[in-house]
This record gives sequence, C-alpha cells and structure tokens, in this order.
Amino acid sequence: MVITKIAIIALYTTAAMFVGILFMGIGRKIVARVHNRVGPPVYQGFIDIAKLLTKKTNISHGWIYDLALLFSITGIILTILFLPIGGVKLLSMEGDAFLVLYLLAIPALGFALGAGASGNPNAAIGVMRALVMMLSYELPFVVTLIALMIYYDTSSIAQIVEMQRARWAIMIPPFVLAAAVADMALQGMLMEAPFDIPIAPHEIASGPMAEFGGKHLGTLMIYKAGTIVAYTTLFVDLFLGGGVVMYDGSLLAHIANFAVWFVLIFIVFTLSLLINTSFPRFRIEQAFKFYWKYEALLAFISLIWVYLVVIS
Amino acid sequence: MKYEDWNKISRIASRKSLWVLHFCTGCGAIELPPVMTSRYDMERFGMGPMATPRQADVLLITGYLTVKTLKRVVNVYEQMQSPKYVISFGSCPINGGMYWDSYNTVKRLDRYLPVDVYVGGCMPRPEGVMNAFLKLMELIDEGKARGWEKYQKYYEQYKRNQKMAFNFGGEENEGA
Repeated sequence: MVITKIAIIALYTTAAMFVGILFMGIGRKIVARVHNRVGPPVYQGFIDIAKLLTKKTNISHGWIYDLALLFSITGIILTILFLPIGGVKLLSMEGDAFLVLYLLAIPALGFALGAGASGNPNAAIGVMRALVMMLSYELPFVVTLIALMIYYDTSSIAQIVEMQRARWAIMIPPFVLAAAVADMALQGMLMEAPFDIPIAPHEIASGPMAEFGGKHLGTLMIYKAGTIVAYTTLFVDLFLGGGVVMYDGSLLAHIANFAVWFVLIFIVFTLSLLINTSFPRFRIEQAFKFYWKYEALLAFISLIWVYLVVIS
Repeated sequence: MKYEDWNKISRIASRKSLWVLHFCTGCGAIELPPVMTSRYDMERFGMGPMATPRQADVLLITGYLTVKTLKRVVNVYEQMQSPKYVISFGSCPINGGMYWDSYNTVKRLDRYLPVDVYVGGCMPRPEGVMNAFLKLMELIDEGKARGWEKYQKYYEQYKRNQKMAFNFGGEENEGA
C-alpha cells in the first residue's frame, strides 16, 4: 500500500516535471513566433537539460551551493504534491491553502541560499530583488485567496476544486477581478516580464543564476520546469476548476481530466508568455508599487465584493 | 551502456544546444544581432545567448584582441565548463588582419587559446557566422572539436605563451 502510494507519487512528480520541461520548449517556440522567428523545436528543453547534465566539469562553491538546489527541488515537488492535478489529490488536508503559501516560499529560499553561497555580487543583487518581488506579489495573491476561502467557506484547495463543479470560480463576477489580480501575481511568480527583475540577463547577468553551470544549472532548469507546472496548476485549481470535467473516477475520466488540465495550464502559461513578450521590464520599486498600490487595491475590492455577495 | 555510447549522447545533446557567450570587443559584435534575431535566427538550432561564462558552451571572439583584453578572455575561457568551444571572427585573430603591425594587438589567437572554428573575412557576414556555427556542430558530431582537451593537455605551453604576451606585449617570440 505504502509502496503503491510512493510509486504513484514518483510517477506524478516525474510526469509533472516532464510537462514543465516540455512547456519550457513550447514557451521558447511561442516567444520565437511572436518575434517572427522559427524558434527551437518543442523538445529543446530536454536537449538543454541532457547537455547540462552530461557536462564534463562542474565547479562547486561549497556544500550549501550543492544542497540548496536539492532543497529547491524538494520544495517544488512537495508543492506539486499538495496541488490537485486534474482533480487527483495526492496529499490533501484541511487548511492546505495556507500550507501551499508557505511551501511556495521554500524553493525560492533554497534558490536564494544557493545563489548566496556562490558569492557572486550579481547573484546577491538578484536574490535581494527576488525577495522583494516575493514580498510584493504575495499580498494581492493572499487577498484573492482569502476571497476564495470566504466564498467557498473552506481552506482546502481540494475542496475549492470540488466546489467549482457547478461553475468555475472565474465565471462568478467578483472572481473575474480576483483572477486578473492573481494572474498578474502569477506573472511575478513565474518571473516573466514585466516582472523578470530578479533574473534580468542584461542588467545583472541573469542574477542568482550567474555562477551556476553544468550539472548545477541542469538541476536548476528542472526546478524551473517544476515551478512552471506548480504555479500554473495553482491558478487553474483556484479559478478554473482544476481542469476537472468528469467525476465518475473511471480511467476515461482521468484521461479527460488530465487532458483538460493540460490545456488549461497551457492557456495560462501562454497568456503569461504573451504578456512577457509585450512588455519591457519594470524597475523593482515600480513593481513593488504596482503590486501594493493597484493590484492590492483591486484585490481588496474583490474581497469586499465577495463578502457582500456571501452575506446577502 | 558503454562509455562511448554516453559520449555519443553527450555529443548529440551538446551539438543541438550550444549556448554562446559573445566577447564583444571587436567589430564582429555588430554581426551578431542579425544572427540572433528574425533574419537568421540561430535559436532554430537550439543556440542562444547566455549572460555568464559558467552557463555558456561557445566563446565567440568577435574580432581583434589587445594584450589587455586577452587577459580577460583567458579568464572568461577558464571559467567555462568543459566541453567548451571557441569561434573566432574575422581575420584579426588569424593573422592580425589590418592590425598586422600594431604594437599592442594579439596577432595569432591560437597561440593563447585553442580555437575550434575560424570565420574568415573582414568582417564575416551573418551567413558566414551561421556557416561557422553549422561547421562547429558538424565537428562536435564527428568528435573533432577537441580544443578544450588540447588546452588541458598543452596547458603549460599555452600559459607560457600567455605570460609572454602579458609581460612583453605583442608577439616578438614567433618561434615559441
């Protein structure tokens, strides 16, 4: 029983990472088409990771540098396990929406730890910016999450997914606003423009990643693939019903749910990429102001609106 | 699986995903934007510009090097992770080009760094640069792009040549 559970968890996380790596290739293709280029093949992410993992030399900057990457990957795997993918919940409990909020911070902190251990000044600047970004986007995101919790009267993500069976949250008027706010927060989480401040390649030489090379960078790319799946799945779970369309628990239902989940996270990711290709980069204080002034205001409006809907 | 098979997989992967670091001191830097953007689009071969030497596989020397910049190039090259390759642009790194009698310009780059592919011309056109990339991929596929192994093997000689250039400038020691 335990072994089956472990096997299923291993299968799911591997599949999630595969989807993430595939998305990195598809993302580069989409960006290339926006630039009117041909772009790399969609499986480019796999080739890149294979190349990085087969590099002949690897320079380490001490054991914190090595272990911090494992810390990040563990954090992101744990986050994926707590998110219902296509309606399948592997780990779930009451109040896991709060837990996921904490878990989302762990991989970023591990990444920061590794970057700090590399001792590069650009990495230090990048980490500082990443932490300010986290502080910025979490306020509007948490407020929209609280709005969802008030409306559905639960703090479990699996429950929120379950209760969107009749209609998705995004079809309810106050949550259109909340979803727009959460989507911009997602833009910051995925570090896409206009919020690619921490990894700005031409400004601070790709920031925290400046000293990563070879197998370390390959591991980092796997981590990045995991974050794409985790964050887009979080958005889909909260606002788009988690991609669940069939409820009878049969094999066909599983396949259909996974297909719909895949399409939905693809749409969310594509939207984020299109915003990415359309806008230049904010400065860090502009991003902070954007999140805490306009986004937070909209989030609080949606929260009050939801509250009025609930009490009436 | 045998060791050769792993090497082959590694070669295929590194051929299809070359990340370049451009050391833009010479005039060749201006040929790179058309190569990267929609006109020639090197990303269709999986290539892309990288921000730091640690992440890159290919070092592009885009034109002439002075003794001062050679120091930085050697630093950058030694920070890169093997397997790593060097492509030099234009005639300056081959024989000095129009700086053939300059007191301060490095005339032959391959005395200091192992160059895998040269692109001739002053400057090479973007077609030539693309051609060099394809040639490098071909060489990697055949296992002939072994500049980094050469650098490890003849490290003392390379270091001696570099020191010679740093200490005395120019290249008066043709026979070394």
